[in-house]
Amino acid sequence: MNIAVLAKLVPDLVEELSIDASGAKLDTSFARLIVNEFDDHAIEEGILLKERFDGQVTILAPDDEGIDDVLFTAAAKGADRLLKLKGISAMETSSHALARAYADVVLELKPDLVLAGVQAHNDLDGSVGSLLAGMLNLPYVGYVSGISMQDGQAALRKEYPAGLIAELQVTPPAVLGIQAAEQPPRYVAVSKVRQAMKSISIEERTVAPTESPAVPHIGRMFKPEAAQHAIMLAGAPDEIAGKLVKIFKEIGVI
Amino acid sequence: MSADAYVVIEHLRGQVTDISYVMLAAARELVRDSGGKVVAILLGHKARELSTDLSADEVLYVDHPDLKDFIPDAYQAVLVGLIKEHQPRAVLMGNTSIGADIAGALSVTLDLPLVSSCRQLTSDGKFVCQICGGKILAEGALPEPASLVTMTPGVHKAENGRATTPPTVTDAQAPSLEGLRTQLRKYIEPEAADVDISKESLLIAVGRGIQNQDNIALAEELAKAMGGTVCGSRPVVDQGWLATSRLVGKSGKHVKPKVYLALGISGAPEHAEAIVDSDVIIAVNTDPAAPIFDFAKYGAEVDMFDVLPPLTEQVKQAKG
Repeated sequence: MNIAVLAKLVPDLVEELSIDASGAKLDTSFARLIVNEFDDHAIEEGILLKERFDGQVTILAPDDEGIDDVLFTAAAKGADRLLKLKGISAMETSSHALARAYADVVLELKPDLVLAGVQAHNDLDGSVGSLLAGMLNLPYVGYVSGISMQDGQAALRKEYPAGLIAELQVTPPAVLGIQAAEQPPRYVAVSKVRQAMKSISIEERTVAPTESPAVPHIGRMFKPEAAQHAIMLAGAPDEIAGKLVKIFKEIGVI
Repeated sequence: MSADAYVVIEHLRGQVTDISYVMLAAARELVRDSGGKVVAILLGHKARELSTDLSADEVLYVDHPDLKDFIPDAYQAVLVGLIKEHQPRAVLMGNTSIGADIAGALSVTLDLPLVSSCRQLTSDGKFVCQICGGKILAEGALPEPASLVTMTPGVHKAENGRATTPPTVTDAQAPSLEGLRTQLRKYIEPEAADVDISKESLLIAVGRGIQNQDNIALAEELAKAMGGTVCGSRPVVDQGWLATSRLVGKSGKHVKPKVYLALGISGAPEHAEAIVDSDVIIAVNTDPAAPIFDFAKYGAEVDMFDVLPPLTEQVKQAKG
């Protein structure tokens, strides 16, 4: 089975986010970038599929600083082929343009399944996977948390609220938006990543980003100004603990 | 193009979901000054009665056996035809496991702009999206002449999308749905849990800040001392540190305890929507910019690992 996984970097939400001078865009020049966590789950699910049903896993990613580490880490986990899209940055590109850039490469790879994170926290014009499916006229199912193959069909676990799961059957080729892999993304030791850097190279494809008119124009970005803010409990940890106990007593839960 | 706002009604196993009512309220706001209509699109099979409490000027109802449950290909095929025919100003879908599955393909197929994670639409044609885990809002003018929007809850109230008198229902024809590449095999019910967190009155919730599985024991000890139950946000469950039955959030349980003590939870929109009905939310987080402080009643900017041991000890003392 031939599996393509789409991965990209996003700003780390643990860090302070800032808006650039235009007032309409995130300033990512000093932002710490990490792999989109749903893409990380997509990589894991791709590797799991390869281990269970055999095949080849190719990771595709736009060219942002730090993406090589993500690609080599995926190789250390079991990915067979790494493809970097030169000339396009996930920080500077809409989901539509990124999907368009992926589309040509995916057509060439002819995968049975394309896996992508179900969303990224900075998506403003939909998820890359769902748009790619539309461009390639492939079926798309998102919020997937498990895949198995049977008689050439993919059986999917799709998540709905309150823990309900729908089991869907889709005929490949298809694009799947991964909510969670069937197991947490595996840890690989740095030594294995270094080993992967020696044994596999990153192939590069130059693409020209094509912005779509189907992308909304953002006039202003801003941080939410809350209508309210929590009453903050100050003090040393044991003093805060004391204040919490007092609140618990007042509410009547202890 | 018309000035009408269309809403794709979401329903799951015979129940219209809350986001549908939120979208109807948002659509009503969008057309308030333009004179446009709010039109609900209801796709289903023998599901006409689901239209009864939709606050819409008209319901377009499409009945077909392949629309009994949500199948992305089937919904797309029907919606492409309806949108082409009616050419509305906006089509609202949920930013959910239903709406987000179809919005991308509709945007590409119909060459229409897509605004995702939208929390607010205004009568002057503006949208406000919530991104970066709720830390950033992005505002713009809804592209003319027509746009697709995926909506999140948070601003427009579901109760404003509910009607007391049934709307006018118009039947619309389904196109041929031959050759669907996706089929529903079955639903799998949630595993029977030792506890139903949606019914608990005291929840000790842990988020990504708990760092590893061993640290769950600290929350368990506090829960035991208080007589509460431990639950968690998505990253904790995805790591396998808590059972899926303990998941609070968009794809987990919505909860409404007397006290929701959130430890190391940032308060991303997907989590926030599931806890806002709690009587009192108390947040402990080291990040002063964590969105959860904007809707918690009490907060403490402190490392949970510093406060949990003395808190457990003091709770034990208080309970004697």
